[in-house]
Amino acid sequence: MTNQIVQGILLGGYYALIACGLSFMFSVMRIINLAHGSLAVAAAYLIFVLSERAQLPLWACFIVAVAVMAVAGWLIQRLILDRSARGGQLLPILSTFGLSMVIENALFEQFGADTRSLASAIGDLSWDSWELPGGLYVGKLPVLIFVTAVVLLAGLQLMLSYTRIGRAIRATAEDPDTAGLVGIDARRVNAVAAAITLVTVTIAGMFLGMRATFEPYSGAPQLLFAFEASVIGGAGSLWGTLAGGIILGLAQTCGASLHPLGFLIAGHGVFLIILFARLMFPDLASMPARLIRRGAAA
Amino acid sequence: MTMAIEKLTVRHGLLEAVRGLTLSVAKGETLALVGANGAGKTTLLRTLAGAHPAHGGSIVINGEDVTRLPAHQRVRRGIALVPEGRKMFASMTVAENLKLGAMAGRKGEWSIDRVVDIFPNLRKRLDHKTGHLSGGEQQATAIGRALMSNPEILLLDEVSLGLSPLIVDRVYASLDGLMKSGTTIILVEQDLARAMGVADRVICMLEGRAVLEGYAKDLTRDQVTEAYFGLHRTKAGRVPA
Repeated sequence: MTNQIVQGILLGGYYALIACGLSFMFSVMRIINLAHGSLAVAAAYLIFVLSERAQLPLWACFIVAVAVMAVAGWLIQRLILDRSARGGQLLPILSTFGLSMVIENALFEQFGADTRSLASAIGDLSWDSWELPGGLYVGKLPVLIFVTAVVLLAGLQLMLSYTRIGRAIRATAEDPDTAGLVGIDARRVNAVAAAITLVTVTIAGMFLGMRATFEPYSGAPQLLFAFEASVIGGAGSLWGTLAGGIILGLAQTCGASLHPLGFLIAGHGVFLIILFARLMFPDLASMPARLIRRGAAA
Repeated sequence: MTMAIEKLTVRHGLLEAVRGLTLSVAKGETLALVGANGAGKTTLLRTLAGAHPAHGGSIVINGEDVTRLPAHQRVRRGIALVPEGRKMFASMTVAENLKLGAMAGRKGEWSIDRVVDIFPNLRKRLDHKTGHLSGGEQQATAIGRALMSNPEILLLDEVSLGLSPLIVDRVYASLDGLMKSGTTIILVEQDLARAMGVADRVICMLEGRAVLEGYAKDLTRDQVTEAYFGLHRTKAGRVPA
């Protein structure tokens, strides 16, 4: 049982990582980005191409991919989301759904249905592990992913709390009209927030490629897990996203230990139970984030 | 000349809230806009700040036509609005709200220290979220936030609304130094006595038009009251054609 808990927490780190951008974009721009998973897969393909075909070292692939995806985020916000947001709340959701279709089919056109992986680029890291007392084995890659998730979420939180652009992002999220009255260009701030989101998506996409295989249509399950982690943790809360990811990861690993089909069923079941509980008891919405903040303060 | 408004028309849908208004405000002047609810005062201030689009006419500041500029660019040109209802970023602290005021990047003498000098009650509230503050403290924060942009023209929309008379006295006492410092101020105020007490010039609006305009020292309370209710136009003030 201890092993399931440890593996579940580490898996939760990956879910928090993939959900981080979705939660950030929702909290800042109130947009549910249905292209989130497809963008993560596109980032994985970009790193794959740079690594396998351009033969660049992985760190260089990552830096190039981050830059390219940040620019893509800026353009997506200015050309698609900013315009569609003027048409009401539904239009950006439909726009991102359309964007995911375009990305998936473009990737299929370019790369075909073959599965790919970045495992060859990281060598032993993809399978190596540490042995802990009590016969526990923890993979080095899952630990790296978990640590990255915590660092990324903490970094985003610090950025939002203590930097000039962070304050502008929070002000724009709270009241874009009043933000304009204090000199904030809400369009520019949202474009910066979209670029930051795509940086987190790139990191998630890279780890997706390292820990598993991917193909052009892998975005949908990534979006589903990200969505579940975000909602469990309290949509829009960064620390809640980490809690949501861990809860989802624990549910899946514990479910898998009970039944071969339990992995997905347990995850979806916990998601639905928490979603229902949230609707019935609205105060639950901020509980995971509160618990994590209290734990961090202790 | 600091600000010149020429034949300004502003609409809310089919309703003309401001109708062909022409006025000018000199540098360092304090102008009070008075009038009944629905006269177009708040709409005028919001249009000057860029929060509401002008339908016709022009707004010129220091020789530059800013009529089509968005709000954030007007802040960079020295216009700051303290909006009706204060419009705090409630989840952010007083200090964060004040720092946001400096986002426009205009150079000047205003800092958090100077703001808490004129609003001493804010000193111990800097780390408190503005959503938890009293109305007076929120108003002080809203004014301080506007001052942090180092404005040339400060637009104050009903700063006394919803506050107790004692708090209003404190707010206006704090503004007294500001009014003498050379900052141009356009204020909307329901309290006629207070408006006439602090302003150099008073404009009374009715149904989107200026129906009475004059220096505060030349106008009587009765003249303004009559114009306020549209009873008749007096000779003491200049009535635009």
